[in-house]
Amino acid sequence: MKVVVFCKSVPDTETRVRLKDNRLDKSEIKYILNPYDEYAVEEAVRMKEGGKAEEVIAISMGPERAKEALRSALAIGADRGILIKDDALDGSDTYVTAKVLVKALEKDGLEYGMLLFGQQAIDGDTWHVPGQVAEMLGLPQTGSIIKLEVDPDGGKAVANRMVEGGEEVHEMALPCVVTCRKGLNEPRYPSLPNIMKAKKKPIQEYSVSDLGFSAEDVGKAGALTEVLSYALPPQKEAGKKVEGEPEEVAQALLQYLKEEIKVI
Amino acid sequence: MDFTFTEEQRLMAETARKIAKDFPPDYWYEKEEKGEFGTEFWEAISEAGFLGIVIPEKYGGVGLGMTELSLVIEELCENGCGMAGNWYICLTEVFGAMPIVRYGTEEQKQKYLPDMAKGKLEFCMALTEPNAGTNTFRTETFAKREGNGFRINGTKIFISGADRAKGMLLITRTTKLDEAPKKTHGITLFLVDLPNPAVKVNPIPKHGINYSKSCEVVIEDLWVPESAVLAEVDKGWYPLLNVLDPERLVFTMASVGIGKLAIKTAVEYSTQRKVFEDPVGSYQALQHPLAEAYAGLVSAELLSYKAAWLFDRGAHYREIGATANMAKAVAVENATKAVYWAMQTLGGYGYAKEYHVERWWREINLVRLAPVTQQMALNYIGEHVMGMPRSYK
Ligand SMILES: Cc1cc2nc3c(=O)[nH]c(=O)nc-3n(C[C@H](O)[C@H](O)[C@H](O)COP(=O)(O)OP(=O)(O)OC[C@H]3O[C@@H](n4cnc5c(N)ncnc54)[C@H](O)[C@@H]3O)c2cc1C
Repeated sequence: MKVVVFCKSVPDTETRVRLKDNRLDKSEIKYILNPYDEYAVEEAVRMKEGGKAEEVIAISMGPERAKEALRSALAIGADRGILIKDDALDGSDTYVTAKVLVKALEKDGLEYGMLLFGQQAIDGDTWHVPGQVAEMLGLPQTGSIIKLEVDPDGGKAVANRMVEGGEEVHEMALPCVVTCRKGLNEPRYPSLPNIMKAKKKPIQEYSVSDLGFSAEDVGKAGALTEVLSYALPPQKEAGKKVEGEPEEVAQALLQYLKEEIKVI
Repeated sequence: MDFTFTEEQRLMAETARKIAKDFPPDYWYEKEEKGEFGTEFWEAISEAGFLGIVIPEKYGGVGLGMTELSLVIEELCENGCGMAGNWYICLTEVFGAMPIVRYGTEEQKQKYLPDMAKGKLEFCMALTEPNAGTNTFRTETFAKREGNGFRINGTKIFISGADRAKGMLLITRTTKLDEAPKKTHGITLFLVDLPNPAVKVNPIPKHGINYSKSCEVVIEDLWVPESAVLAEVDKGWYPLLNVLDPERLVFTMASVGIGKLAIKTAVEYSTQRKVFEDPVGSYQALQHPLAEAYAGLVSAELLSYKAAWLFDRGAHYREIGATANMAKAVAVENATKAVYWAMQTLGGYGYAKEYHVERWWREINLVRLAPVTQQMALNYIGEHVMGMPRSYK
């Protein structure tokens, strides 16, 4: 069985976010492999190590720097990479992204048994793409899993996901789509020997036209959504401290909830 | 000129940052207080391959150089490990792997390198003596030919990691200073297996870096075979320089890392802390010294990478030595300033152990004394770089 892991290059968690011309100012940003995708890569590599997957393919849509995210995945243990890179892709929304990724899988002729994603990308934070890809391919999907058992011979996967107060267990026929989160595994550090090995692993590149799209199908032109503006979150204000006897404190709190923020 | 790191180098730096995040200042606070070796950290860096950076692939490493070693160490130190991000790596990789890779026989390489690369063999270096600190030519530890080997006697001091190490790079004389045609002649390096009944190791209580012990090492009638000689008998001086320059460079990187870590801590604290109307970080009395230190650290960092680049390209030892000494002198001055002003910025909390700055203060204090004192680094610049008269005999 072949396993595909979807990888996104995102700004490092320590990035100081600044806006310029109503877009993210990308001039001083360090990029990393989306941390949630690391759980997905780790899980896929463990499947391979456990004899349940024969090949792990990392795929990304993004600019040149996305290659580095793919290299991270290859350094964790993925076997090869696919990168869809094209200036025309700038401004794509999640719908275009999903469409392009699906086409690239098709173009590659991959017979995949599972598609693994991180549950969200820490930059856009939309959680959209896995569901869109599953829908476009007509595959079953479950998300935010903390346990995964795959039975390639039996053609099924069982995944556990956290829900309020317990866990849900989903059984799906293969191929299927799964999104990963913290708790599923402990991703290994890409070791130096594996980083050096990753250098020699192939990354297949596709342009928009390689996939049979024209410029109008992708980027802003092909998008179904439009970002109107960006804003930084408001500065956190100092907390409110209420002191006094328990009755007074409760009274003050009630009043605050009712009158000031009007939640009750 | 190209200042960009390669993709692999950037990924290595990222792995180092990840490890540093898993071994944050609180981890080192505890190890320091308990005087305990950072076993979990050692395992993590072993698994990540950090102990095999300079070891060829053939012996289980990745066969890279001083540049990658510097990069990994800087990231570890800067992202929370402080001096610990350099210390253990230096003891095993700079004191052990580097000279063995360059000068070892095939037998010595097979014996030490694969285990070092896996983190299964710790090393140390015994150079300093009570009567030969800064002046290595006065080394008194003597190795006398006996049978098909040598009988060694002498006392070494401040030997870090000697309590745990399984191997030691031992610096001796095989020709006494007053009998040597040149003072550089007569130095011989040995690879000694530890523990050994002829080698007594006594830890010395010290100011900081207590997650590793620095020890007095008394060597009494230790016999080693000829095969324990590293490089050539009497000709150990130049090979030794190829240990001391890298040592200087990793400590330069550690200083830059510690300085940046202290500044980062001060910046975070000072943007929150309000005493009067505005955060204390808005006061230029604090900002300017921190900014000066920061600029100095970044300058030293660049110079240190240049020295690493020279080393990796096999430049002349004088050129490497000059660059390494200048980088070290500037790094230490600015790192000391950075930690000093970080402590000032934190006020009383700078003195409280759980805020970590006081530990970094104790750590940075070492680097003006060792591996080479600031005075000796400046002497080198005055004499060998600027051509001024030598100030001592
Ligand atoms: C924690 C710690 C760990 C160490 N680990 C190791 C180790 O693992 N292996 C090892 O071999 N050594 C180790 N050392 C030893 C260290 O390298 C020496 O302490 C250092 O080289 C200085 O030597 P010294 O202490 O004998 O000082 P000295 O040589 O006695 O110098 C005393 C002072 O005189 C000054 N001075 C000396 N000569 C001159 C001159 N010509 N001009 C101007 N000023 C001069 C010095 O700068 C210094 O300020 C360690 C030391 C410490 C503190």
